[in-house]
Amino acid sequence: MADLKRLVGMMQELDDQLVTCMRCGMCQAVCPLFAQTGREADVARGKLALLDGLTHEMLKDPLGVNERLNRCLLCGTCEANCPSGVKVLDIFLKARAIMTGYLGLPPAQKAIFRGLLANPKLFNTLLGIGAKFQGLFTKPVDDMLGSSCARFNSPLIGDRHFKRLAARPFHKIVAKLDEPRQQGGRKVAFFVGCVLDKVFPEVAEAALVALKRNGVAVFLPENQACCGIPAISGGDVKTFEKLIAQNLEVFAGGDFDHLLTACATCTSTIRKVWKSMARKPELAEAVARLADKTMDVSQYLVDVVGVKPAALKAGAPSVTYHDPCHLKNSLGITAQPRTVIAAAGYALKEMTDAGTCCGCGGSFNLKHYELSKTIGGRKADNVVASGAGLVATSCPACMLQLTDMLSQKGAKIPVKHVLQLYASGA
Amino acid sequence: MTTKALSKEFEAIVGAENVLTQESDLHSYAYDAAVLPSQSPAIAVRPTTREALGKVVKLCNDNALPLTIRGAGTNLSGGTIPKAGGVVALTGALDKILEINEADLYAVVEPGVVTAKFAAEVAKLGLFYPPDPGSQAVSTLGGNVAENAGGLRGLKYGVTKDYVMGLSFFDVNGELIKTGSRTVKCVTGYNLAGLMVASEGTLGVFDTITLKLVPPPKAAKAMMAVFDSVIAACEAVAAIIAAKIVPATLEFLDNFTIRTVENFRHAGLPVEAEALLLIEVDGHPAMVEEDAAKVEAICKEHKAKSVRVAKDAAERNAVWQARRDALPALARVRPTTVLEDATVPRSKIPAMMAILEEIAKKYQLTIGTFGHAGDGNLHPTILTDKRDTHEWERVEKAIDEIFERALALGGTLSGEHGIGMAKSKYLVQETSRGTIAFSRKMKKAIDPKNILNPDKIIGAEGKNG
Ligand SMILES: Cc1cc2nc3c(=O)[nH]c(=O)nc-3n(C[C@H](O)[C@H](O)[C@H](O)COP(=O)(O)OP(=O)(O)OC[C@H]3O[C@@H](n4cnc5c(N)ncnc54)[C@H](O)[C@@H]3O)c2cc1C
Ligand code: SF4
Ligand code: SF4
Repeated sequence: MADLKRLVGMMQELDDQLVTCMRCGMCQAVCPLFAQTGREADVARGKLALLDGLTHEMLKDPLGVNERLNRCLLCGTCEANCPSGVKVLDIFLKARAIMTGYLGLPPAQKAIFRGLLANPKLFNTLLGIGAKFQGLFTKPVDDMLGSSCARFNSPLIGDRHFKRLAARPFHKIVAKLDEPRQQGGRKVAFFVGCVLDKVFPEVAEAALVALKRNGVAVFLPENQACCGIPAISGGDVKTFEKLIAQNLEVFAGGDFDHLLTACATCTSTIRKVWKSMARKPELAEAVARLADKTMDVSQYLVDVVGVKPAALKAGAPSVTYHDPCHLKNSLGITAQPRTVIAAAGYALKEMTDAGTCCGCGGSFNLKHYELSKTIGGRKADNVVASGAGLVATSCPACMLQLTDMLSQKGAKIPVKHVLQLYASGA
Repeated sequence: MTTKALSKEFEAIVGAENVLTQESDLHSYAYDAAVLPSQSPAIAVRPTTREALGKVVKLCNDNALPLTIRGAGTNLSGGTIPKAGGVVALTGALDKILEINEADLYAVVEPGVVTAKFAAEVAKLGLFYPPDPGSQAVSTLGGNVAENAGGLRGLKYGVTKDYVMGLSFFDVNGELIKTGSRTVKCVTGYNLAGLMVASEGTLGVFDTITLKLVPPPKAAKAMMAVFDSVIAACEAVAAIIAAKIVPATLEFLDNFTIRTVENFRHAGLPVEAEALLLIEVDGHPAMVEEDAAKVEAICKEHKAKSVRVAKDAAERNAVWQARRDALPALARVRPTTVLEDATVPRSKIPAMMAILEEIAKKYQLTIGTFGHAGDGNLHPTILTDKRDTHEWERVEKAIDEIFERALALGGTLSGEHGIGMAKSKYLVQETSRGTIAFSRKMKKAIDPKNILNPDKIIGAEGKNG
């Protein structure tokens, strides 16, 4: 291990942000992890204090701090409710990057991030093989897929009721699109994202149906890369910047008003994390331009296109909505997906704590699966208790977790993306 | 005994998973919400039963280990910062509501129950637990009792001490001591429960707490009155009380706070106003109507520029949002937020406000003040950066002067945040050397090895008079 002084030096850049935490402890009220463990090192205040302790040379064990820093769902609930406006997630991601820069990337992650994630074509080919031989290759495929999105960045374990890889990924169904703008009409670019592409191609298809119905032309370039969140959650700035550069390049040629995604995590990553973490000056300007144009599809349909709730018919099927952390906490988006549900002709039945994290897990590893399961189990109980016939959400990572948790409880409640409801109608 | 041997003994009591000895875990129990240097304990334990808590206390005493009990760690006076080499015991796992008695209007709780959760459970049964500190979403009832926490409703409903009917607590030998009862009247023995309130973990460790409940008010009405001067606002407060109306809440925001909140929320607050009063009357619906009309008239008589009475729940919420926003808005202005709570007699608020303005000028500091106008409990909030050593020196001098001047006005060091370590050096100014000597003798008799949260309130031996 390199000497501690070097780490302390690297941590200094966080000091201006760390000092804004007033240690009020109010984050204890909302942190889903703390609710389970009651451990101060699991809540934002504790983690910030540990980072502060390292920065001010009160602590000598960076590995201990790093371990606790990584025990976090990165759900942002603490930040959304912090009275002092501490940029908790920004601090955590920067700290992870610093820690990784200092401790080095663990070999397994290095192989996955640098070898696969950063090479979309190879990644796709391998996953394609995996999809064909599911069962045979489950373990390595799970490992790869597990790291394709920070929200389930874990080597998945045996008893997990895991949604299988799609037989045909989305990029095999629709390789690319560049529809002409109708006279004076709207045009958007669509960012697919790994989980939609490889697990839920039907959601990406639903998004296209929804846009078509509203006369919105679509630009969908091929060779899109991962949004980068798994890499940056693992502190791998190098891979992260490489992925951004690839995405900037494929979207550069297009003519579009907004960049849309149907994945809450991709939306918040591109909109917020790209800007704060991609620090290469040559990237900054292009990143800012694309990030500011990025929106969730429901948000676009309601705020830009003006989709309105439909009149509720008697006997309309009921659905309950789970707020993905990356829409609610990171971007403050809660109303628009509900409007889209109403526009689809469904009756919304709110569950208790619709806005609490599903426990999907961020970079939670195997060790924390039990915790993730307890948090997710409560979510599943709330879904069941709502009495709704369906649960809808706006993030494919949440869809995976909800499917797993509901099926473990033996609840036969289908999990859908809001756009699937809208595309097919009630 | 070595730390290793000791942790084995603690493990035998609370289980290995509830004994923390790693540097990173210990450092997360080294602070609370006070702006003070951190100090890690040598061991942190998290008992999951009350019996285990009692055994932890005894083990500490047998080994002369300093013991600091920690609830949510939200106190603002350093009450949960442990001593070097000491033990921190967490009450978070002792979070059961043992009984809510609707016939006799009381509840019995474990000390780690979160205040707001308790209030919500009580409300489900149609009853009311009024003390509502700003930290209630996380603070524990044990911490509330040990700090005698107040809140917005203090003026009419009193503070935590007014709801403590009885307690059981562990003495240093882990012996259970019982005091008070489940009856409204009780004169059995010394009023030890009274002694334990605000004792900040220095005299005993709470095992269970018996709390009084009351029926909730049937109606409430909130309003916001805008004033051109602090004096006019304070005269209005005095006139409201003189008219024999006791509002449930009577809160004050100064001009700096109003501007900061408006900047933060953009809710249309009058940024020119020198003072805002946020008032809520509650009780029987007919009386509420009558009181609200009277309060409105009184404010107008006392030169309120405008009085807005909330017509519905949304408007009522808007009134209280302004108050809830005070701390969050102020906290964002500068890196470090020092929240004080010097308290003066109600009639002295204008004088205290003038003093605060003078102090802010003298030490070139930014101070926003809000607080409980009804009971004189002000929260002058110093916005600073503790890393700026020159400015920090001025902050410390300003705090010294705030206390000195508040005392000179017949006030008190702390209305609700406690003494802890932050204010122990001022204690002699408000009380006397004799008081401190008496307190020390009492502490010594109860805790001969000085293990229970040493140095809090009365300071370390040899210091503080
Ligand atoms: C944002 C914010 C707003 C606040 N607003 C208010 C307010 O409006 N009014 C107010 O009065 N205070 C307020 N406070 C201060 C603080 O929240 C209160 O003092 C609260 O009562 C502390 O509760 P806690 O559970 O955090 O206790 P802790 O901070 O954990 O402990 C406080 C003291 O209690 C002792 N203690 C805890 N449990 C036990 C036990 N079982 N036996 C013996 N001793 C014990 C501890 O040793 C310590 O000395 C506020 C604080 C913050 C950060
Ligand atoms: S709520 Fe914000 S300011 Fe308060 S302790 Fe948590 S992170 Fe720090
Ligand atoms: S991001 Fe979520 S899990 Fe992590 S500290 Fe904040 S609230 Fe807790």
